[in-house]
Amino acid sequence: MPEIVGDLYCRIKQDKHIKLDAEFVCKAGEVLAVVGPSGGGKSTLLRMIAGLSHPESGVIRYGERDWFNDSSKVHLSPQQRHLGYVPQHFGLFPNLTALGNVVAALDHIPKAERVPRAKEWLERVNLHGLPDRLPANLSGGQRQRVALARALAREPSVLLLDEPFSAVDRETRERLYLELARLKLQLSIPVIMVTHDLNEALLLADNMILISQGKMLQQGVPQEVLTRPRTEAVAKQMGLRNIFDAHVIAQEEERKITWLKFGEHHIASTYFESLEVGAKVRWVIPNQGIRFNSIKQGRLCRSFNKLEITIDSMLTMGETVRLIASVKGVKHQIHAEVSLHYANKIALAVGVVTEVALKSELIHILES
Amino acid sequence: MDWEALLLSMKLSSVTVLILIPFAIIVSRFLAYRQFRGKSWVEALIMVPLVLPPTVIGYYLLVGLGSQSWLGQLLEGILGHQLVFNFSGLVVASIVVNIPFAIQPIQRAFEAVPEDVRDAAACCGMSRMKVLFKIELPMVWPGVLTALVLCFSHVLGEFGVVLMMGGNIAGETKTIAISIYDSVQAFDFASAGQMSLVLLVFAVTVLAFTTSLSRRMGAAHVSRRR
Repeated sequence: MPEIVGDLYCRIKQDKHIKLDAEFVCKAGEVLAVVGPSGGGKSTLLRMIAGLSHPESGVIRYGERDWFNDSSKVHLSPQQRHLGYVPQHFGLFPNLTALGNVVAALDHIPKAERVPRAKEWLERVNLHGLPDRLPANLSGGQRQRVALARALAREPSVLLLDEPFSAVDRETRERLYLELARLKLQLSIPVIMVTHDLNEALLLADNMILISQGKMLQQGVPQEVLTRPRTEAVAKQMGLRNIFDAHVIAQEEERKITWLKFGEHHIASTYFESLEVGAKVRWVIPNQGIRFNSIKQGRLCRSFNKLEITIDSMLTMGETVRLIASVKGVKHQIHAEVSLHYANKIALAVGVVTEVALKSELIHILES
Repeated sequence: MDWEALLLSMKLSSVTVLILIPFAIIVSRFLAYRQFRGKSWVEALIMVPLVLPPTVIGYYLLVGLGSQSWLGQLLEGILGHQLVFNFSGLVVASIVVNIPFAIQPIQRAFEAVPEDVRDAAACCGMSRMKVLFKIELPMVWPGVLTALVLCFSHVLGEFGVVLMMGGNIAGETKTIAISIYDSVQAFDFASAGQMSLVLLVFAVTVLAFTTSLSRRMGAAHVSRRR
């Protein structure tokens, strides 16, 4: 339950139509990314927060005020919630100019103040000299910024962004990331951003929730969710491919190491107190936890967890190389991504036998 | 040329669209945005006048609103006159027959308004009336105009239902289409030809206009989708 006025608390449960089950808090000044695959219920969740659709049951509360509460039959309209909403395709009014679009959202302030405030916000989002253009005559990035200016000019209680960067080209997207990151420092309201792009969550969000098939799988700091997924489903949603079986063979409390038996290898991982020796576990390692040895330079990795691998396939994608390798003594294959420059430098090629070291601090044991 | 009949037809068309178009805007918006059980049946019912012969509609209206029916007696009590064989009866008949011509284009236009735009308007704090007048109507106006033009021209040329419901009373229910029929019956082909030409020119102009509007609406719809 939020104690500070300005936090947004949501508990939504729905079984009919689109299934949804989520509970989270987005604090004032925080950007919360709602991440998940398409059709997982992210946009539905955002529309419910906006008041554009009703959940079957639950509570949506801003500060101390209920926006929705099924038990007390409270359901405020979007107009009453006073929020800023940027839909996926921006939802600009095609018959109004950029300035007209922003002014249209300012009914709550005196008429004389509307145009100056709209102009001020268009300038704050770097849209100088374009107030008289119709949306059809603006680029994708400019439209997105008009939509953002329109949402923010209202001085909303909450800002909702539905896949804000999906409809713009890569270059514009990069520029908009910077602008949103800059705006984030100036805003002191909860910001909820729906995205299916994990990188956007890692770049811009303070917190994230992962939603799949209407179910909230995990909540936390994006980097932490990426490196410490709670379950295998979360790990898969986060794009982690190196998920393996192992047995716990020892617990070293003093050195804070849990020893795992992975095929014929002994793997040291961070200490998981709750595990018993002999327990069967699933563990995961993100790409940044896999280090290749340099054969050419003859450097040997001094860490634990050295595995001998044979590279089965390599696929160059731009500046990176994706490779799949068989691990000696284990029936599993390991997936890794290295930069093209580094792959050339250490002479990685199909058929090459080399060693990788797994960083023990990045080995994470999943909940069963 | 029967100017009185032409003027009466113009008056009938104007009154019909004045009543029908605002009603069609409300119904079309509802049908475009709302999903409800039995929606297909409601839409089918609206389309019935398109496939039913106008004389059949005229017959039912004559029977349903005539002085023998309870509804006809009730309306006569309220209005002080019968609806059948009266100008107001013609207006009712024209409205009923033209419902699909009014609702179809407006509903399609409302359906083309992106959900994003409607959502954004609600989240901008705009009232429903303001959303309708400031955002939606400027976006759907080609549909409204198409409906208006179609209904106006359709009423202008309406024959079967008008004859059934209104008969042939000069200055009251004798429209231009009935006057053409009368002229032919009286072998006055010159007059019938003149009046027919007026209706033909009007119909071609109207069709060209609505086709161009439909194209424009389609283009606007595509650009909005982009």
